[in-house]
Amino acid sequence: MEILRIENLKVGIDGKEIIKGLNLTINAGEVHAIMGPNGTGKSTLANVLAGKPGYEVLEGKILFLGKDLLELEPEERARQGLFLAFQYPVEIPGVTNANFMKTAVNEVRKYRNLEPLDAFDFLQMMKERASLVGLDVSYLNRNVNEGFSGGEKKRNEIFQLAMLEPTLAILDETDSGLDIDALKIVANGVNSLRSSDRSFLVITHYQRLLNYLTPDFVHVMYDGKIVLSGGSELAHELESKGYDWLKNGNNGKK
Amino acid sequence: MAENDILKEITEQEYKYGFVSLIEQEYAPKGLNEDIIRFIWEKKQEPPFMLEWRLKAYRYWKTMKEPRWAKVHYPPIDYQDIHYYAAPKSFKEKPKSLDEVDPEILRTFEKLGIPLRERERLAGVAVDAVLDSVSVATTFKEKLEELGIIFCSISEAIRNHPDLVQKYLGSVVPYTDNFFAALNSAVFSDGSFVYVPKGVRCPMELSTYFRINASETGQFERTLIIADEGSYVSYLEGCTAPIRDENQLHAAVVELIALKDAEIKYSTVQNWYPGDKEGKGGIYNFVTKRGICLGENSKISWTQVETGSAITWKYPSCILKGDNSVGEFYSIAVTNNYQQADTGTKMIHLGKNTKSRIVSKGIAAGHSNNSYRGLVQISRKAEGARNFSQCDSLLLGDKCGAHTFPYIEVNNNNSIVEHEATTSKISDEILFYCNQRGISKEDAIGLIVNGFSREVLNQLPMEFAVEAQKLLAVSLEGSVG
Repeated sequence: MEILRIENLKVGIDGKEIIKGLNLTINAGEVHAIMGPNGTGKSTLANVLAGKPGYEVLEGKILFLGKDLLELEPEERARQGLFLAFQYPVEIPGVTNANFMKTAVNEVRKYRNLEPLDAFDFLQMMKERASLVGLDVSYLNRNVNEGFSGGEKKRNEIFQLAMLEPTLAILDETDSGLDIDALKIVANGVNSLRSSDRSFLVITHYQRLLNYLTPDFVHVMYDGKIVLSGGSELAHELESKGYDWLKNGNNGKK
Repeated sequence: MAENDILKEITEQEYKYGFVSLIEQEYAPKGLNEDIIRFIWEKKQEPPFMLEWRLKAYRYWKTMKEPRWAKVHYPPIDYQDIHYYAAPKSFKEKPKSLDEVDPEILRTFEKLGIPLRERERLAGVAVDAVLDSVSVATTFKEKLEELGIIFCSISEAIRNHPDLVQKYLGSVVPYTDNFFAALNSAVFSDGSFVYVPKGVRCPMELSTYFRINASETGQFERTLIIADEGSYVSYLEGCTAPIRDENQLHAAVVELIALKDAEIKYSTVQNWYPGDKEGKGGIYNFVTKRGICLGENSKISWTQVETGSAITWKYPSCILKGDNSVGEFYSIAVTNNYQQADTGTKMIHLGKNTKSRIVSKGIAAGHSNNSYRGLVQISRKAEGARNFSQCDSLLLGDKCGAHTFPYIEVNNNNSIVEHEATTSKISDEILFYCNQRGISKEDAIGLIVNGFSREVLNQLPMEFAVEAQKLLAVSLEGSVG
């Protein structure tokens, strides 16, 4: 089943074109990785998919579960199963993780015509999912990301992913700023959440996350386009040859 | 309903209490002079000592200048262009029962959610309803009288309990205290009076609901609460006013007196008309509130939720005179659009081992300015005094301002004073983060504001905490784009 289809997407910020005709299709259960040097539009793609204000879609279309994604407000996209693990998660003053997640989970449940979870079931669910990424239960009573280390913030993103059970999870440079132990924890968390009805789009600059998280497809993005697509072996090839290799006019193959 | 319609509906929601009731009013002529004061005194049928006191206050007021030290800006007020007294015509004599009250007045309070007929009343809350310059009705009076508790309008108290009034009126806030207190002392028309006798724990919340209805009229409320030895009372006031282009003045004085081992808990939910999106109209809320812990081990606790008024200028304070007495101030002040608030408290420690606690939460949105101003003063004799202050500010957007002006004076060396302050901002990044988790902007702001205000909301009587929480959300609607 097709989850996401992007056709000839062109996106600009402040009149400058960043994404210059991008095509990508993701089917149910697939894990896609997008790699590429800094400044090629990887995070722009993640933000446009999530509906962050400030981006101008100049051309093309995006279908999510067969619907026009660009017509939907950011919160509607989230409720329909699109999740973004942020590169820089923000701190939310005055709101505990538990309260934040309860509100979010119940919004998603409401959209799916499900009853809100009762307090007991919810607590059980939170404890279980927090342990997936090694977050202590005490974190749940602290304000969202306040005073969290970089690694804790990233683990909190994966915890939220586990709670919200999305159809498509986008990981925007989740590996950046993580030491090797934190990277393993995050990757293991993601691996345990892989399933036949959940797809992933993993955006990364480095290949090292992909050592722990084997993607079905690897795409290389350069200057606003996907210039190369292949299997997981492509990541290793890139790692050894470096991004300069792309600049020498290598054309896409698949 | 489509999502967009709901958002549109709530972001465009107007001030809910802005209606005007068509009640035939009797006014004092505009302006202020000794004749007007005699007019009010006569209307109120007060004993002679009151006329003398009012005139002294008036003469003193004439020598004073309006204070300008607060961080608020407004054009000069023409004190000769205000009606100092307005009352429904049907009130030549105060109605003996609700059957005699103009149905339009009853409807007004019903619309505000304050049913005055006892069968419809809020369980466990006694209400004194004040419309412009007069008290309309007081519920549960008889039941409270059985316990010896006096709960009535201050006008009735002046007539029926002149000894108590003469002893305590002006004892905490003398008419010489400040410009607005002097003005209020000269012309105040109504408000509430509470006396709780020795050892009595008041079994229900007492509350006053203030409503301004008449135009070009000032409301000068005066409230006096006395808790005799070992007694306890919890009191709550609420306020609303119609939407008008003019600015109306509300200059109240509230005095609390707690004798030995007594406790007074005073809560305010202030929702005067704040003015429109461009800052036109709204109430000037210039208020002096002060309590004195006169006896040992007494306690006074102020809780305020300030969401309304174009300008708020108020500092509910405690004079901690009795040894081991306790003063508390819990405040949430919300300003949106062009509202201005300069609010805080004074904790004056005079007795030994006195304690005070200040928790102030300022929330600013739109083009508003929100200031905390507080004084903690520890006198030489207040040995072992302690104070803890927490002042937090939350900003929505980048056109508003939050300011903190803490003043601390410590005159002995075995007291402890602690002050903590934080400032946070609800940025577009935070809102987008919440959106991405399925939470709408309005819900996200509600979540953050309620989390931020929780410590203060928890201090409110339960019946009002939920209302106050909703009010916070409504006040900030449309504050982000």
